[in-house]
Amino acid sequence: MRSLKTLRKLYDEESHLVITEKGSPPRVLFSGEDFLLEDLPIGSRVIYPRAPLEGVPNLKATIRYALNHPQGMEPLHALLRPGMKVTVALDDISLPLPPMRVPDVRQSILEIVLELLADSGVDDVHLIVANSLHRRMTEAELKRMVGERIFKGFYPDRYYNHDAEDPEGIVELEHTSNGEMVAINRRAAESDLIIYVNINLVPMDGGHKSVGTGLTNYQSLRAHHNPTTIRQSESYMEPARSALHRSTERIGRAIDKHLKVFHIETAINNRMFDGQLAFLGKKEEDYTEFDRLKLQGMRYTLSKMPRAAKRKLFMSIPAPYDVIGVHAGATEPTHEKTLELCWKQYVVPVDGQADIVIYGVPYISPYNVNSILNPLLLQVMGLGYFFNLNRGVPLVKKGGVIILCHPAYDEFDPEHHPSYIEFFNRLLPETRDALVLEHKYEREFATNPSYVHLYRKGNAYHGAHPFYMWYWGENGRAHVGKVIVAGAENNHVPEMLGWERTDTLAEAIDVGRGFMGRSAQISLVHLPPILQTDVSI
Amino acid sequence: MSKPSSKSAKAAFYDVDGTLVKTNIVHAYGYYAMNRGSLWGIAGRTLSAIASIPVFAALDAVDRKIFNEFFYRYYAGLSEDRLLTLAEEMFEDLVKPAIFPKARDLIEEARRSGCRIIFVTGALDFTVRPLVEYLEADDLIANKMQYVGGIATGKVIPPIIEGANKANAIRDYCIREGLALDKSHAYSDSGSDYAMLAVVGRPTAVNPDIRLRALARAYQWPILDLR
Repeated sequence: MRSLKTLRKLYDEESHLVITEKGSPPRVLFSGEDFLLEDLPIGSRVIYPRAPLEGVPNLKATIRYALNHPQGMEPLHALLRPGMKVTVALDDISLPLPPMRVPDVRQSILEIVLELLADSGVDDVHLIVANSLHRRMTEAELKRMVGERIFKGFYPDRYYNHDAEDPEGIVELEHTSNGEMVAINRRAAESDLIIYVNINLVPMDGGHKSVGTGLTNYQSLRAHHNPTTIRQSESYMEPARSALHRSTERIGRAIDKHLKVFHIETAINNRMFDGQLAFLGKKEEDYTEFDRLKLQGMRYTLSKMPRAAKRKLFMSIPAPYDVIGVHAGATEPTHEKTLELCWKQYVVPVDGQADIVIYGVPYISPYNVNSILNPLLLQVMGLGYFFNLNRGVPLVKKGGVIILCHPAYDEFDPEHHPSYIEFFNRLLPETRDALVLEHKYEREFATNPSYVHLYRKGNAYHGAHPFYMWYWGENGRAHVGKVIVAGAENNHVPEMLGWERTDTLAEAIDVGRGFMGRSAQISLVHLPPILQTDVSI
Repeated sequence: MSKPSSKSAKAAFYDVDGTLVKTNIVHAYGYYAMNRGSLWGIAGRTLSAIASIPVFAALDAVDRKIFNEFFYRYYAGLSEDRLLTLAEEMFEDLVKPAIFPKARDLIEEARRSGCRIIFVTGALDFTVRPLVEYLEADDLIANKMQYVGGIATGKVIPPIIEGANKANAIRDYCIREGLALDKSHAYSDSGSDYAMLAVVGRPTAVNPDIRLRALARAYQWPILDLR
């Protein structure tokens, strides 16, 4: 007999929690480029994302309204003077995930902003992708992001990727009171106005982090992209409790002191799937027979495809995100508005921590759009992003178990992640200590001319980037007692990462229970779409 | 695994032909040298070279080192001044336009990371010298022609810099100059330079041929394209 509390949860459409019982349907989890269909022990807690918020009815009108009614600044048109020099900086392909259906919201914003600039007699306009130490976007990706018309008008002379290693291309502005170096792209620094076009996928993004991180260089990033700062951040998805954000704020305020920056920030809902894949956004209890049939069909098809083809297929499906809000103006008040929307979309209140937390890791992370989710990225997804998707209190108890469902294949993309290969194969066998790695090897990788060249002229992540990936997982590593990769196809990848492996999720749960006790509380976080847990203890 | 060196000074060693420039300097210089001078001289050298084409092809296929030695014999009798002048002319006419567009960037990046820049080539030193100056390299490891009374003998002073000998030359150079071999970089386009790449701690394949591409994939060396 189900208790009234359970029944209420089962039938309450607004509830984001389901407690599994006898007869509960199996759960659908991502496992790389495949789907698992797994039964969970009775009494497990499944945490679902919120339903997508309604998108704005008229995007262009919303953008215009934001430009004309900015927060803490004059309207954009009032800031423009004929003949002035303007740089428009854009978030790169790491946002959103997966890339959104065209027209990308950046294109919609640019179409309005560039018209306004032209009408105001501003001709000296450059569009710079604020990719920081991320890989350069390819020509096709650049075109997709802004649309054919803007691409033709600006590429390649006036629409390009930021180059953090151009010795002539970076200007040092000052050092903050904490000794952080403030350096940004020369073109942006020499402009009369910087307009930053942001997509705020998770609360970590945006605000002072936009210009201070996106348009800077390795030396400046070192101030906060380091294991010490990460250890001091309770959650880097919660800016108020993150030393990383306190550092980027100091840097951002210094930038705002020297330069005029007009932020245009957008928040999107979490509608990652629609059409034939819309069922992936539902609770399994709500699946129709047709949904189950589609799932089985998809699992069968995927089981017959080689991994590279599956990857290609998934990467070719853009997300039907809707824009839920656009705000513009000065850095802090604008970002405050954006964060409110982010939390409204993502935050799910959860009562109490769990002993064992299960995540299905999908095929994509911010750092492998059109590429491979390699072992280091699996690590950053599990112990970095997923672990930190909380508001200061992790979902998993201290010393608890995290189970990641992923094949943990030993595959790297030599074009996008060349330095990751060396990091994984040469450094990790020596040590997993982030501080040792930082002191002994970070600079060597960051200045390796081959990696610098591949970053500047190819499409590779910077030589320092694999270190950041490792630092990102620092708090997760320190907090959890055990990480188990369910379905890992080899022994060595989990071992190199300091993890355990099992063939199936059921075995992993058994191992987890053996570690935490038979009455261990099990929680499955039903990602994606994204959710951020607000754990009350 | 060898013990890491305690030395901190490092170098970047670059193969030249196919790595930094499109042209094969050995061949280009040969062509150039044979096509300058008096008409009779040109005719004689050209006819003799044409007659030797099958031998060249066979030797090149069998062993690049023997090929180069054989090839350099054609310079016998030319004066040192003449060879130097031809090298400068050839650099302007053939080599400079053939430098890969991103080669200078790669060298600059290595210099910024604190590497001494050294070119390592099987070509004769005077043929590469203008390129060394143009790209502002710090040193050159190359073959040296023997001269008697200012006239080339056509023989190369041993050891011949080619294949595995490049690795020896790099190792000797690092010992002599106090450089850390395990922290140094090497760049080449050819599988025949496998030894040169394997001897340093940070090898990189540049515009690799099929063999080197396979090696680089197997050893997980970075692969660059300077074209």
